[in-house]
Amino acid sequence: MAKHATPLLDELEKGPWPSFVTDMKRQAETHPECWDILGQLELSYKDKITHWKHGGIVGVFGYGGGIVGRYSDVPKRFPGVEHFHTVRIAQPSGLYYSTKNLRGLMDLWDKYGSGMTNMHGSTGDMIFLGTRTENLEPLFWDLTHNLEQDLGGSGSNLRTPSCCLGESRCEWACYDAQDVCHHLTMHYQDEIHRPAFPYKFKFKFSACPNDCVASIARSDFALIGTWKDDIRIDQAAVKEYIAGNYPANAGAHAGRDWGKFDIKKEVLDLCPTGCMWMEGGELKIDNAECTRCMHCINVMPRALKPGKEKGATVCIGAKAPILDGAQFATMVIPFLEVSKENEYENVIDVIEQVWDWWMEVGKNRERVGETMQRVGLPTFLRVMEVEALPQHVKEPRSNPYVFWREEEVEGGWQRDVEEFRRKHNA
Amino acid sequence: MGYDPNNPMEGRITDLGPRHYSEMLPPVIAANKGKWDYHEILAPGVLVHVAESGDKCFTVRVGSPRLISIEYIRELCDIADKYCKGYLRFTTRNNVEFMTDSKESCDALIADLKGRTTKFPIGGTGASITNIVHTQGWIHCHTPATDASGPVKAVMDDLFEYFGSMVLPAQVRIALACCLNMCGAVHASDIAILGIHRKPPMVDHGRITGVCEIPLAISACPLGAIKPAKAQVDGKEVKSVQVNAERCMFCGNCYTMCPAMPLADPDGDGIAILVGGKVSNSKSMPKFSKLVVPFLPNTPPRWPETVQVIRKIVEVYAKDARKYERIGEWAERIGWEKFFEKCDIPFTDKSIDDYRLAYDTWRTSTQFKFTKATAAYTSK
Repeated sequence: MAKHATPLLDELEKGPWPSFVTDMKRQAETHPECWDILGQLELSYKDKITHWKHGGIVGVFGYGGGIVGRYSDVPKRFPGVEHFHTVRIAQPSGLYYSTKNLRGLMDLWDKYGSGMTNMHGSTGDMIFLGTRTENLEPLFWDLTHNLEQDLGGSGSNLRTPSCCLGESRCEWACYDAQDVCHHLTMHYQDEIHRPAFPYKFKFKFSACPNDCVASIARSDFALIGTWKDDIRIDQAAVKEYIAGNYPANAGAHAGRDWGKFDIKKEVLDLCPTGCMWMEGGELKIDNAECTRCMHCINVMPRALKPGKEKGATVCIGAKAPILDGAQFATMVIPFLEVSKENEYENVIDVIEQVWDWWMEVGKNRERVGETMQRVGLPTFLRVMEVEALPQHVKEPRSNPYVFWREEEVEGGWQRDVEEFRRKHNA
Repeated sequence: MGYDPNNPMEGRITDLGPRHYSEMLPPVIAANKGKWDYHEILAPGVLVHVAESGDKCFTVRVGSPRLISIEYIRELCDIADKYCKGYLRFTTRNNVEFMTDSKESCDALIADLKGRTTKFPIGGTGASITNIVHTQGWIHCHTPATDASGPVKAVMDDLFEYFGSMVLPAQVRIALACCLNMCGAVHASDIAILGIHRKPPMVDHGRITGVCEIPLAISACPLGAIKPAKAQVDGKEVKSVQVNAERCMFCGNCYTMCPAMPLADPDGDGIAILVGGKVSNSKSMPKFSKLVVPFLPNTPPRWPETVQVIRKIVEVYAKDARKYERIGEWAERIGWEKFFEKCDIPFTDKSIDDYRLAYDTWRTSTQFKFTKATAAYTSK
């Protein structure tokens, strides 16, 4: 029996898309606090403002993050959400689950929480949505002792890393994104659980430039798979596409009649560098001119494949607008080997080069992308011990306000005006 | 033995990290990892991956509201136990994927899912509108200017036909953030729904010194609109701040830092629409989304104004864009002036950038197209 009337939310039970309201009402049968979630949300729908108080600092001993505290501003009306903390649970790389593991986690949340979750938070964590302070330690105890897994990150630290599904189910993966993601998550447990940074820092791992985990937009450190040799072409398969026997783009446009596949129109003419052509019935690619954008491979997955010499490009500094405007990550290292053999030592070296510097010079609540802007890319490249390359810019600067370091200029900067006057009277 | 509050560090286990991903892989995935040959979309929401070994993995993708209950997840587990050897996964856009190694069990799975009304709608593949990446809204956050789950449900109901079909020129990524912290992907999505405020914060002088580190609130402002000030509370002088309303653009970052500067408002708050962002490198470089509709009101429970604008953009794009063209690529090819005209969106000065590097976004050229917008300058 509904504890509060929810006429506005009831409207969201209509329509074909699965309704969170219907789902929450079902859960309320065993977790009555869900009625209070609905009740308070209904009040927000009426008042058109949030009814959560500002902030909230809760957690478990030993960690400086992992749980987001939250309190209702109308606890008397909705006692079930007086405390409504969310617990971030570290998710397996690639978001695969066994039902055994998921059921274990759900039993845990059944015991200690509201019964509602987010699958998943934008950073990747499994989110347990809503519990009381006194439940946090017992929940953490059972999570670590019975399910042998851990919390995710929150605060000014390394947040929970995440990845695309990589080699597990994609023919385009240029490195094992799941394995790197897991390895570095384990390697940096201390940095995840105990905030030691000027601000938050995120890793994301996409195994090719399609960037299915949006690393270039949503991580301070983005590792994006690529290759440095030639795209592999199966000419027989190219002919099958031209003949219409294989669906273009793996059938992604099958719902509409776009006419017969036209390799010139759909591939050659859309190549951003124009480095492809047909010759004697064969597809040719001038790989030296290819920027590895993935378009031709996306359109003809059975005929074209990334090269065999695989690795990744390192891009650094993406962030949302606050404070100085949104940033995509900037390409810093064009190609890095990503090898399980050396336990990703070279990836770790790059990360720690960024951290050693940013932890010193980063201002309070300054994302690394903003620190890069403040000091300038040339300075950052020197920090990273990377040579300045034309690939680092979309275009060279157009203003002439160029800094030179004193040691770069013959004779240095210490000059005597008297000396100058001997040749040039005032 | 369980947690003992009198000996909190006793028996404590830390730094375990997540479970290893290899425990979670369906057998056909574990056996063929790194050895996939190609894939195909068999129908909306249904994929097959073919391994070098000849093994096949069939995947059925279903939409989910992201905010889901234990019971919902247990139902997913029941389905996975029945058809998928006890494994399933979630996508980076919060869809659910069931995988099987045979066509027969895939077909049985699909029939079962379809039998459960639209609780588990199949789709989200290829040139479709897939799930909306979104945030907490009024369900859990303290800084939102709009709700998340409600507008997402309203928009997905309206665009439902595009989730289970593949009729668009390219995939359309919609994202929602309930404030301009932009948790998630709003700054790089084809269509972005963004909660915005339009009134400066109030200053709670009675509380500010107790709850706020004032220099942090001052430095939280991107436009330097906050300065230290003295205020009178009950005849006593207290340290506080003053907000220069002329310089404030209502970002709310001071409230994030200082509980004594709330700014939420039922009439002031609402939604802005941005379009044309993308993340992938395919053809064009990644693009930021651009602001095309500066304000739509918060109209719970179904946000009809927002739903209507988004449908209009999707329909015009679907009709006008070329195959493989993302919304941003289309808008740039035809020119933003044509985008506004075709989508019938009134252009306002709010879409003209006036923040720091704004100049680079102004038109320093005589190349433009005459549209309805220039009519006043072309008629006699």
